[in-house]
Amino acid sequence: MPFDPNDIMKDRLTDIGPPKFDKFFPPIVKKNYGKWKYHEIIQPGVLVHVSETGDELYSVRVGTPRLVSVDFIREVCEIADKYCDGYVRWTTRNNIEFLVSDKSKLQPLIDDLKSRDNRFPIGGTGACITNIVHTQGWVHCHTPAIDASGIVKSVMDELYEYFCSHKLPAQVRISLACCLNMCGAVHCSDIAILGVHRKPPFIEHDRVQNVCEIPLVIAACPTAAIKPKKVEIDGKEYKSVEINNARCMFCGNCYTMCPALPIADGQGDGAAIWVGGKVSNSRVPPKFSKLAVPYIPNEPPRWPTIVQTIKKIVETYASDARRYERIGEWIDRIGWERFFEKTGLEFRHEHIDDYRLAMTTWRTTTQFKW
Amino acid sequence: MALKHKTPMVDELMSGPWPSFVADIKRLAERKPQCDDLLGLLELSYRDKEGHWKHGGIVGVFGYGGGVIGRYCDRPDLFPNVAHFHTLRVNQPASKFYTTDVLRKLCDIWEEKGSGLFNFHGSTGDIILLGTTTDQLEPVFYDLTHELGMDLGGSGSNLRTPSCCVGRARCEWSCLDTQDLTYDLTMRYQDELHRPMFPYKFKFKVSGCPNDCVAAIARADCSIIGTWRDNIRIDQEAVRAYVGGELVPNGGAHGFEKRPLDIQAEVIDKCPTKCMEWDGKNLKIWDEECVRCMHCINVMPRALRPGEDVGATILVGAKAPILEGAQLSSVVIPFMKMEPPYEEFHEFVEKMWDWWMEHGKNRERLGELIQRLGMREFLKVTGLKPDPRMVNTPRYNPYIFFDPADVPGGWERDTKAFRERHQP
Ligand code: HEM
Ligand code: HEM
Ligand code: HEM
Ligand code: SF4
Ligand code: SF4
Ligand code: SF4
Ligand code: SF4
Repeated sequence: MPFDPNDIMKDRLTDIGPPKFDKFFPPIVKKNYGKWKYHEIIQPGVLVHVSETGDELYSVRVGTPRLVSVDFIREVCEIADKYCDGYVRWTTRNNIEFLVSDKSKLQPLIDDLKSRDNRFPIGGTGACITNIVHTQGWVHCHTPAIDASGIVKSVMDELYEYFCSHKLPAQVRISLACCLNMCGAVHCSDIAILGVHRKPPFIEHDRVQNVCEIPLVIAACPTAAIKPKKVEIDGKEYKSVEINNARCMFCGNCYTMCPALPIADGQGDGAAIWVGGKVSNSRVPPKFSKLAVPYIPNEPPRWPTIVQTIKKIVETYASDARRYERIGEWIDRIGWERFFEKTGLEFRHEHIDDYRLAMTTWRTTTQFKW
Repeated sequence: MALKHKTPMVDELMSGPWPSFVADIKRLAERKPQCDDLLGLLELSYRDKEGHWKHGGIVGVFGYGGGVIGRYCDRPDLFPNVAHFHTLRVNQPASKFYTTDVLRKLCDIWEEKGSGLFNFHGSTGDIILLGTTTDQLEPVFYDLTHELGMDLGGSGSNLRTPSCCVGRARCEWSCLDTQDLTYDLTMRYQDELHRPMFPYKFKFKVSGCPNDCVAAIARADCSIIGTWRDNIRIDQEAVRAYVGGELVPNGGAHGFEKRPLDIQAEVIDKCPTKCMEWDGKNLKIWDEECVRCMHCINVMPRALRPGEDVGATILVGAKAPILEGAQLSSVVIPFMKMEPPYEEFHEFVEKMWDWWMEHGKNRERLGELIQRLGMREFLKVTGLKPDPRMVNTPRYNPYIFFDPADVPGGWERDTKAFRERHQP
């Protein structure tokens, strides 16, 4: 029964949920579910998992831009049909994994992927820089302070060698969120790129009462910077708001609630860089990322300053950290004073916290390094 | 066919070793005017250094309060084909395995009825269908449900699409059936997923072990992380093989050369609790001191495996910075067996939600409510007992809110008797 635009309730299906996960499992995964014994990465981007049943499953991991077209997905399908009996999976970090249970198909698969220009880079395993988790940016969202896809492409182009090798001291997870909302929640990444606005929103007084729920706008501000205000324009009184600019920390929350408070600004906006977060519990507990650079301007289309800053951090870390040390563990060992010294990044007043609970980050010991 | 818009800045992203989203969109733009306009709009953003999308607008499919993000461009005069460019979130199958058959059908539907562009996947885990017009929302939804057996995911103040790591489908360390639990939660809470009834968003994420490959501890209001209570399983012969240089440490993650593992420096000294000893022949682990950080297992995957008395640690409250600052999830249930039908866990979840729905303010995440009303209150309503595993340290401020119920006589005072003991 095709869709009937005049009767949308006809044959309507709702709340059916996603397809059950095992519907799309390849037979070898079904058979060995919960029976995997160990794995090994045999070359960057290529893993073998060995089961208690003796079965072997080879996974070839490739990076993607995440923002992809139907043509790209169809190309993935063509490859998966040719080598993987029509099965394929995605990872949480937007990589694709082609799975083969027949080892004789592994090399032909790898050769094929390599033959398709730069569309299927193999890597993203082990002590590498894997794909950058990111958000929408100028391609689709309304509050971004930076683009997402363009910066990701520029950074990955420059750090490409680290995607296809295991030569770092440990894995380096990079993520990007284009505003403080952090859909891409960058707050626990080894390196995070975060879009920041630096000018408070401006107020279109004549529009506010028509397009916004003023109490919700006021409640949305985390620093209570917004108050109701009546404004007169050309003899007409409008219900509007006022913003205490000194209290604004540029979160853009009010704009999300009220489109008459635009915050984007080509001169003010840009990116902050954060370092040293992790999520895994391995060795040391999860950590938040900490501020490394408070502001870098937008430089489309290639954002050279962001790219070079990240490269500098990665290379300093790579040459200085010990095996297994994530960036945060490395900094804990050498100290923040050394981090700034070694990377050559400037330590500024923005680095010293002045928000809630700021004092928990100030140094309360006489121990430090010269 | 020549494209309508000149995009010199955006075109610079065509070169370089990393796959180019611009090159990909361009090949589709040959036959999809939306893609042409999208690139034109992006070029304008690159020139202005400002986005050109307008906020929200309420659009959706009938009967659902989420799953669609309304989006309008602020230059419809220049880019009419993306004037309306709404997004649909499609609930992914747990751990994201697909057949090419289902992917091809999805492509056909989306090329016909939308822009033909996706985010594979959105950061919550859904397949994001990026960009269509309001009149296409119902037809796309119809095709998804009828032809693919797929449904929309969450957006807005509701349950967001739960997600999990690859788990037992392909990882030897998974201490629970991450997909099964994710599927169970998704199906049981379809109403909460599709119809906003919460103060704000709510996320479940499930990782099979403390490596936490879906970043549950950082991203989910309720993080479920696999763990075990018994002993790490040791294959002593394999340990000796690592030390003897017959096996590649870390399964190759830190380099492929076969080299003798320096077990003292690389494993024992890195153990956070120093609960291991190597006597040259055998590895001894004092498991009662182990905090299950996974490091030793990560280094010697052929020799060590998590124990067999498995379950999960439940943590709550992680969120990104808005509004009250970033939080990681905190332990509230150190260990729970996680086996179907998961009744104990459902009970916990529903008590937690009832409390949050009753007391949470608009746009207050669970973690913020716990901060505002106190962990004690949370534990009380969920029926949990305080446990040292819930804290990094006991409190160090002396401002203890004692409960009058715990004080003999409550807060009533016999003022007269007091004044008999003390002169004014
Ligand atoms: C064969 C399966 C896998 C193994 C053996 C594995 C192993 C590990 C290990 C050992 C860690 C901890 C790293 C450390 O801090 O020392 C880790 C963390 C992580 N893994 Fe996996 N992983 C696997 C699959 C995946 C997949 C499929 C993804 C998603 C693409 C993934 C994403 C992550 C992430 C995001 C982390 C957290 C990193 C952080 O702490 O920031 N893993 N994994
Ligand atoms: C390392 C891996 C990373 C992964 C896998 C990752 C992935 C994601 C994803 C998928 C989201 C989307 C938010 C959502 O699910 O709705 C996200 C947001 C988030 N990411 Fe990242 N990103 C990474 C880098 C980091 C890292 C390293 C972590 C943690 C490891 C992390 C922490 C978060 C958090 C906390 C959020 C969302 C916060 C919230 O829900 O309030 N991010 N990240
Ligand atoms: C368990 C909680 C606490 C107890 C039992 C406690 C007890 C005491 C005692 C017995 C003294 C000595 C008083 C005297 O010399 O006659 C003292 C001094 C002091 N306490 Fe506390 N205190 C506590 C928490 C705090 C806290 C949270 C602070 C501030 C952050 C604080 C700040 C001070 C200061 C500044 C002094 C004076 C120190 C000095 O004269 O050298 N105390 N405290
Ligand atoms: S991080 Fe901010 S700008 Fe980026 S997609 Fe999310 S809400 Fe939009
Ligand atoms: S941008 Fe954020 S802090 Fe500034 S006024 Fe708006 S809501 Fe308040
Ligand atoms: S979280 Fe643990 S069980 Fe899940 S994929 Fe990662 S290493 Fe495996
Ligand atoms: S899992 Fe971690 S804490 Fe436990 S023995 Fe291994 S290294 Fe030590």
